[in-house]
Amino acid sequence: MSTRTTQPPAPGSKTGGNKFDLRSGTLPRRFPAALLAGCAVVVAGVLTLFSSFGLILWALMTAVAYAAIIVATSVRVEGGRKAKDRLVTALVYGCFLVAMTPLVSLLYTVVVHGMDRFSPYFLTVSMNGVLPSMDAGGVYHAIVGTLAITGMATLLAVPIGVLTAVYLVEYAQGRIKKVITFFVDVMTGIPSIVAGLFVVALWIILFGPGHTNGAAGALSLTVLMIPVVVRSSEEMLRLVPRDLREASYALGVPKWRTITKVVLPTSAAGLTTGIMLAIARVIGETAPLVLTAGSSAVSINWNLFDGQMMNLPVFIYSQFRMGGAVNYERAWAAALTLVLIVMLLFILARLVGRFFSPKTR
Amino acid sequence: MTTTDAPKAAPPPTGKRRIGDVVFAGLARGSGLLILVILAGVAAFLVIQAWPSLLANTSNFLTDQSWEANTRENPSFGVAALAFGTVLAASIALLLATPIAIGIALFIVYYAPRRLAATLGYLVDLLAAIPSVVYGLWGMMVLAPQLVPVYEGMTRYLGWIPLFAGPSSTSGRTLLTAGIVLAVMILPIITAMSRDVFHQVPQGHREAALAMGATRWEMIRLAVLPFGKSGIVGGAMLGLGRALGETMAVAMILSPSLAISFNLLQSGNQTIAAHIALQYPEATGYGVSALIAAGLVLFTITLAVNMGARYVVARGNKESA
Repeated sequence: MSTRTTQPPAPGSKTGGNKFDLRSGTLPRRFPAALLAGCAVVVAGVLTLFSSFGLILWALMTAVAYAAIIVATSVRVEGGRKAKDRLVTALVYGCFLVAMTPLVSLLYTVVVHGMDRFSPYFLTVSMNGVLPSMDAGGVYHAIVGTLAITGMATLLAVPIGVLTAVYLVEYAQGRIKKVITFFVDVMTGIPSIVAGLFVVALWIILFGPGHTNGAAGALSLTVLMIPVVVRSSEEMLRLVPRDLREASYALGVPKWRTITKVVLPTSAAGLTTGIMLAIARVIGETAPLVLTAGSSAVSINWNLFDGQMMNLPVFIYSQFRMGGAVNYERAWAAALTLVLIVMLLFILARLVGRFFSPKTR
Repeated sequence: MTTTDAPKAAPPPTGKRRIGDVVFAGLARGSGLLILVILAGVAAFLVIQAWPSLLANTSNFLTDQSWEANTRENPSFGVAALAFGTVLAASIALLLATPIAIGIALFIVYYAPRRLAATLGYLVDLLAAIPSVVYGLWGMMVLAPQLVPVYEGMTRYLGWIPLFAGPSSTSGRTLLTAGIVLAVMILPIITAMSRDVFHQVPQGHREAALAMGATRWEMIRLAVLPFGKSGIVGGAMLGLGRALGETMAVAMILSPSLAISFNLLQSGNQTIAAHIALQYPEATGYGVSALIAAGLVLFTITLAVNMGARYVVARGNKESA
């Protein structure tokens, strides 16, 4: 920069004094997009020529070629600082695409492999009396188990979680508030397998070794679910305007009626969203359920307190471990079922949050 | 985390305490305290059940690498190899995920078209919604075979680095593959934390930088990154905590061995969580108790990492406030 101001303008230079025009030296607005398209076409052509066309290779080489060319041109036309900016822009877009690659690949594989066996038959039949290698059987018992275990975990975790959030927002002050908030954070970080081991340890003390049932699985999921519910409910309760509470107090309504009739209904949509996301989070937990609910049940079991209980994640895992072609097909189809359920919960949660939340302003 | 400022707890209406108030306040306080009880229970029951095997253990629990715990007398086991594998896998995941996560967060907050930003954010969050068992399935059946030629290339050209020494695994089921899948799984956590702090960068700082003629990257380097440092570090540590405790993806992808090995491209190593999941169904004698002891070690490590993360984030919030 400083050198420019000290040098006299080169008379009759070819660039016509462009160097000293403040607005000079920018690439045309459409240039990056055009360059990217150009790179994509050329790279595709070259790869096809060497008959080694692969989607990932193509994307990778296009990105590298684009970054190299745009930086080179930018250095010539716009100078080093702008060139660095262009490079970072390319990198940042690249990061996002890199992250999307596994998501797309994973969903694509799950759908493609899962469709082989995914059918009404698969969803409505259990594995009772089916040998692992037989071309039959389904996941009905696992769906039943997932519903029962997750349902019980939800019934346990939601009251505790929401009430704790109410306590933290409406009642607690000073030291105890800090302590509980801190330990909720700590609880968020408990590895799922440790939650499973906790229930194993508890069950050994209560019932002796070797007891597995659905309730144990539900309890381990509860431990994982509580902190998630507390955190999200806390956020939602804090969004309720103070004016609403004070208006209620001014009318002489007791605090507990204010909370149950004003605060909770106002934040109901947000609470529901948080709870559904928490369910979506624990419904795919495998490790604690392998330890607590057992991994060998084949028949339909609605009783949480009696015997092993199969569920979708453990079904995927145990079929995967058996390792035959039919088992892999079952694992993929069950994975498709599970991903569909999780996605459904995820999308429903967003819709509830969007359409039923009260307008705060 | 993003906690919106709490409305100051309104003064409770004075007058005589109503029975409903007392009961409801008691319930709320009770569930708060119940959480503390549950956490104390987790620690206590793990210690109680781990104790017998630790007493009977004939070798040093912290330095031994073998796992001969499925006996009724004189078990001999240690977590050295497992703890090493756990930390190594999580470190790989962290090294791979952090730069990409920062890039994604910058992309969503400052680069993506405004109208698309929220949707793109959801897409990244979707990565967190996919169950770990499905990641395991995908990593083992799709990713590992794809990586085999890549690993061959790496041993050929980078084999002089001890980490990448050959011969590479022919199945691709190595610690590096597991690390890559773990990286994908912790991306959304680090991204979410980084996004939160990037959103909080004061507009004045950013506009001041731009007004001085900074390019967008210079604005980010001068105004955004220094401000967001603590959030990024905290997010990375939370991601590390998640990667340390992740079970299924590792258990399904890695073909394990109980030895300390720095070699990322050969099969080998094992993590604590995956070891517990794989060994538990076959555990007899002192086996279960020994696995609970291993779980206790994992619990301690993740606890330390998570508390460190919260400390870093809290300190950052205080500084910026």
